Amino acid sequence: MAASGRSSVRAISLLAQGEPMVWLSAFGLVMGLVMVTSLVVLVFWQGLTTFWPAPVVEITTRDGAVVMGEVTRSETFRPEPSLVAGLDAEAQEAARAEMARRDGRLHRRLVRTGNFELTGEHFRWVEDFGVSPEGETRPAWAIVYERRAWGRFYGTPAGFVAGDSLIATDPQEIWNLYRRHRHDDDAGEFAIRTATAAGQVKDIALNDIVRAYPANRLSLAEKAGLYLGRWWEFLTAEPREANSEGGVFPAIFGTVLMTLGMTILVVPFGVMSALYLREYAKQGWLTSVVRISINNLAGVPSIVFGVFGLGFFSYFLGGGIDALFFADKLPNPTFGTGGIMWASLTLALLTLPVVIVATEEALSAVPDSMREGSFACGATRWQTIRRVVLPRSLPGIMTGAILAMARGAGEVAPLMLVGAVKLAPDLPLDLHFPFLHPERSFMHLGFHIYDLGFQSQNSEAAKPMVFTTTLLLMGIVLFLNAAAIMLRTRLARKYTGSRF
Amino acid sequence: MNAPEFQRNIPADSTSPAASDRLAAIASGQVVPADIHAEVRAEDPLIRVEKFNLSYGAKQVLFDVDLPIPRGKVTALIGPSGCGKSTLLRSVNRMNDLIDTVSVSGGIRLTEDDVYGRGVDVIELRRRMGMVFQKSNPFPMSIRENVVYALRINGERNRRVLDSVCEKALRGAALWDEVKDRLDESALGMSGGQQQRLCIARAIAAEPEVLLMDEPCSALDPIATTKVEELILHLRGDYTVLIVTHNMQQASRVSDYTAFMYLGQVVEYGPTVRLFTNPHLKETEDYITGRFG
Repeated sequence: MAASGRSSVRAISLLAQGEPMVWLSAFGLVMGLVMVTSLVVLVFWQGLTTFWPAPVVEITTRDGAVVMGEVTRSETFRPEPSLVAGLDAEAQEAARAEMARRDGRLHRRLVRTGNFELTGEHFRWVEDFGVSPEGETRPAWAIVYERRAWGRFYGTPAGFVAGDSLIATDPQEIWNLYRRHRHDDDAGEFAIRTATAAGQVKDIALNDIVRAYPANRLSLAEKAGLYLGRWWEFLTAEPREANSEGGVFPAIFGTVLMTLGMTILVVPFGVMSALYLREYAKQGWLTSVVRISINNLAGVPSIVFGVFGLGFFSYFLGGGIDALFFADKLPNPTFGTGGIMWASLTLALLTLPVVIVATEEALSAVPDSMREGSFACGATRWQTIRRVVLPRSLPGIMTGAILAMARGAGEVAPLMLVGAVKLAPDLPLDLHFPFLHPERSFMHLGFHIYDLGFQSQNSEAAKPMVFTTTLLLMGIVLFLNAAAIMLRTRLARKYTGSRF
Repeated sequence: MNAPEFQRNIPADSTSPAASDRLAAIASGQVVPADIHAEVRAEDPLIRVEKFNLSYGAKQVLFDVDLPIPRGKVTALIGPSGCGKSTLLRSVNRMNDLIDTVSVSGGIRLTEDDVYGRGVDVIELRRRMGMVFQKSNPFPMSIRENVVYALRINGERNRRVLDSVCEKALRGAALWDEVKDRLDESALGMSGGQQQRLCIARAIAAEPEVLLMDEPCSALDPIATTKVEELILHLRGDYTVLIVTHNMQQASRVSDYTAFMYLGQVVEYGPTVRLFTNPHLKETEDYITGRFG
């Protein structure tokens, strides 16, 4: 009896010490870190390796077909029994041997074979058992062509065509001629006659080629150069091939411009709202209701803001502007459709609660003694706010702006309704008067990710781009945040030096 | 201070209730007239608190306070916590207006102007008074800007005027030599004692008629306290100082006159030396010697 009583006391005292809570909270932190880190590592690894040139393999299968291309990924799978049963004896034997070794599973690789206009496919699965013995080689002169249309082409050079005549057949000679003529004004007059692994021949005009390289002959430095060149193209060029190739510069530009526009719109509004709520309004049930409403606003699904933005900003305000100033262009809308200005406004509305809440917290962190000191000097309320309260709370307000920026830059759903498009013909900022075109639709990295991942016809080719684009978006958000944090640190040092 | 120095000296013609009854009467809600020494009455008052009542909502905290504050002298308000001395101080420059539920009756006059009169410009009024708070409250700006704050908000832009005011105020607050080389650094990087002296410099920069000090040393270490006390002694004569303090030794060191308050009423008010050595009332003596409070 006494013993059990003591043990129950001990159990309570363990909880009272808080020891279990230490472990529990540590566990929570570790779980969070693991999840975030794996996501970041995945994005980094996939995003960074995409542009590294892979070797080109030529695989002869047991049924005599030859495929050439880059291995993009591999997996093991559990085959349907009918698949194995339907094979010929030799392949069946190889498959059964592999299944016995792999616990009933088979290994296969996805080879990017390109040559879409000839084969009607971009990728092909190659099962390990289906490869004939000694059937895998790396041809020395396998060339990868990135083209302006039809996707990639894989093949070996068979001749160099100038006009109607064949002027070289030796691969090295062809390659030298290609390098000499590729930037010529009349590059369209030249073509590389290329033999595919399946034995077909195609002339590829030089002006169709964005980039060509003999994948298996590259030195490490050449590979690195190719890798950086691809990154450079990715960051600075326009997209090609339904966004699955080329660059994302318009999307970077649109994202940054939209995010900055949103920040410029949301910060003054949010700060003014919070100022009135905290400094001027008499605290009571009404301010409480307003505060609760603002917090609830933060929980409204973002697509709802998109619908509101479309209805109010695009159709109502934009339609009104069109009717007043662009009546001659109707029924084609100018402002009355999605545009970067409406997108910025919609996201400003979406992030308004973040800024208001952060600013209110920053304002309430300003000690009342400071306000009293200012009043005692004969300052009015506005002078007190402008000279004492705002400078002191500026770092906190900046934190709110940073949070809003991060939230806004990563938002996609409302943008689909108010102006983000798959491919924008013109940038919203250019050298033509009036330089800033707030009515134009724009490209956005977040929407670009969605488009690549789920809307692309060639989704296998687009998939690696999803990761690179995600990496880029993360990088841009990080950059914007770092800039804001640096600014905040400077302000904090200026305004809130510590006594100790 | 030794106990034998204290001798009760209640004038024979005193109309006050019996000594032991007075505090009890105040506690029971009666308004008991203060014992104000003749020396105080003889002074020229800069501020006159007359029949002043103040309530926070339903709770009355000041009862019919009558208190003439002599010009150019240091007057200390002492009394146990919650006796209303800080509230009285903050009533003089209407800092209590910032609290929504405050209501007042009676009056406070600064020279001839009614502080609580109709149409009084509170901003203008506060510019005529400087205030130093219990906790130093430098603003998030440079030392120079802190000092000239009152002038800045008044629209003074002349750099030469501002610089000379800054130097004068900092010298007045005995801070000039310590900070003259870093006037443009943040005021928040100073030590606690320096910050409080900076707040005094700020309060005297606009040359106010009155300096209100609300326990200015209670958050300071003894050395900083000494410096601030020396400063108050130095300011005497140039400024009329009204200081609230918890520290009886401090009141006796720095003030010319002392008022003893209890539960929202002034009990006794006279020259500091008299009050501390030879008070009229036993209650005052009891409080000063630490027998209650």
